[in-house]
Amino acid sequence: MSTAISRTKNRTESRTMKPTPGGRRSARPDRAAWTFLLPFVALFLFTFVLPLGYAVYQSMLKPVRSGALGLGPATVGFAGLDNYSLALQQSAFLESFARVLLFGVVQIPVMLMLATALALALDTLSHRWAGILRAAYFLPYGVPGVIASILWGFLYVPGVSPVVDLLGRVGLAPDFLGYDSVLWSIANIVIWEFAGYNMLVIVAQLKAIPQELYEAARIDGAGAWQTAIRIKLPLARPALVLTGVFSIIGTLQLFAEPLVIKPLTSTVTSSYTPNLSAYNEAFANNNIYLAAAESVILALVASVLSFGFLSLVNRGKGRDAR
Amino acid sequence: MSTPDVRKPTAAAARTPRAATGRRAGTPRCGVKPSRILLVALLTVAALYFLLPVYWLLVASTKSGADLFGSFGLWFSDPQWLHNLSQVFSYNDGVFWSWTWNSLLYAGVGGALATLLACAAGYALAVYRFRGRETVFRVVLAGVLLPSTALALPLYLLFSKVGLANTYWAVLIPSVVSPFGVYLCRIYAEAAVPVEMLEAARVDGAGEWRIFGTLVLRTMTPALVTVFLFQFVGIWNNYFLPLVMLSDDRKYPITLGLTTWQSAADRNPELYQLTIGGAFLSILPLAAAMLVLQRYWRSGLTQGSVKG
Repeated sequence: MSTAISRTKNRTESRTMKPTPGGRRSARPDRAAWTFLLPFVALFLFTFVLPLGYAVYQSMLKPVRSGALGLGPATVGFAGLDNYSLALQQSAFLESFARVLLFGVVQIPVMLMLATALALALDTLSHRWAGILRAAYFLPYGVPGVIASILWGFLYVPGVSPVVDLLGRVGLAPDFLGYDSVLWSIANIVIWEFAGYNMLVIVAQLKAIPQELYEAARIDGAGAWQTAIRIKLPLARPALVLTGVFSIIGTLQLFAEPLVIKPLTSTVTSSYTPNLSAYNEAFANNNIYLAAAESVILALVASVLSFGFLSLVNRGKGRDAR
Repeated sequence: MSTPDVRKPTAAAARTPRAATGRRAGTPRCGVKPSRILLVALLTVAALYFLLPVYWLLVASTKSGADLFGSFGLWFSDPQWLHNLSQVFSYNDGVFWSWTWNSLLYAGVGGALATLLACAAGYALAVYRFRGRETVFRVVLAGVLLPSTALALPLYLLFSKVGLANTYWAVLIPSVVSPFGVYLCRIYAEAAVPVEMLEAARVDGAGEWRIFGTLVLRTMTPALVTVFLFQFVGIWNNYFLPLVMLSDDRKYPITLGLTTWQSAADRNPELYQLTIGGAFLSILPLAAAMLVLQRYWRSGLTQGSVKG
């Protein structure tokens, strides 16, 4: 990311506005630039910065009972970091983090490998077939997460599900909603939704590879398989990094899928993921201060992980380039 | 997230030789190679995996409540499609119509405004040099990396404080802010908006807003289509934000509405059928848009990922 930023900077600085003779307004590039930026920046502050600040503030409050035996009217008092330590002491909340991390460690590589394999395979097909198949793989991305979860929910429940039905006929009795399997059943929903989208990002990157490289590889006697592994895969790297970052962010946000699956099985608890936990704290337990602390922790962890991943892959890249 | 160059989309130019090369590389010398069969098998299995649930939904939406549970899921049994769909639309005074309308409103208006704001901001970051530019850009990047659902709850706390919770604005306002759109537009504007064009327009006496409205918007159209699609799908599929913000079910989008049917189906089994019918209807517009606009979408994605 840092290299991208500095490169962008250089390029733009070389094309800075020069004051033009008759242009009154161009003498004040600052003002023009800020009028273009203002609507976005104002709304960004209102919907990103301010809520986070307000959540941090709320997270440091707590309800205080007054009067004898604490039966008086509740007021709000300063709690310092109490809510944070309370959140971090809740084993269910910590488990929810462990769960999404385990989920991500398995689901993200599986999904990205599937997406890459499909992208590379489509790349060797004739144009027409590739187009039809690409559309088929991409279709689930247009299905909202909750709808996909409702759908797959029906496919997991014995009695309605033709999948369970068919597997039962050949002697298998899968329990998609069991304690050990439900996390992977949710992973399947997420893979189904996003593999096609990620594939499309990788396909777009492959289309940007200069044709001369393929020519050269063919002249050197490389087959389709070798070309895919030695040329296409390394050059698809930026797309893989991009999809990787979005997958990490997405995993931590996991919410709709477990919430929809929850009524179908007792193994999905009300604090199954960090997001679910914060939601439950705010709307079921009515403790918005603790919920605010949990949201802030989630935002922090998500930023640390995605920034960390980026700097990790970028450092690796710097070494490769030398 | 970085590669050497930004290229303008050259998909059309690259396509023909690519297809030919690909076919040549994959064509067997004699007969059909086993690897080719394996490849086709893999692609077919994948297609089945991605299409099967949608096919199941299509079949299930034609069934009666009893057949939904009593007949084999992957084949039709006594289809009564029109009856089912009219039930979806008439249930509870046609609340499904409100949900559809709301989804269109949130995603359409939100997406359009988000695109316009992102375009103006991205363009400003690309062509002007001013104090604070890098700071603004960094903050935008941080916004890209922050998960939006981690923000939904804080947003709710703030919006209920200022009295915006449970209004249309509660869903619309956060939807018109797209940091990723700004990022994409900046990259695109740097590659596609020539400084010479801006200077020529200024010499001709055009004001900055006029230049933006007439020249820049037109030049940036491919990026704008991409940003709009991203945002439209993002808002349409968003669930957490409306869930925390809205309490009046007439303001719900489809996603939220259908889950209320689904969760009430235990007590009222008729709702199973309605949930399935509604789910089927709700994926039609996006599926159609996706298939038609795939082409634009792809060339736009190249922008993001190449520079990404």
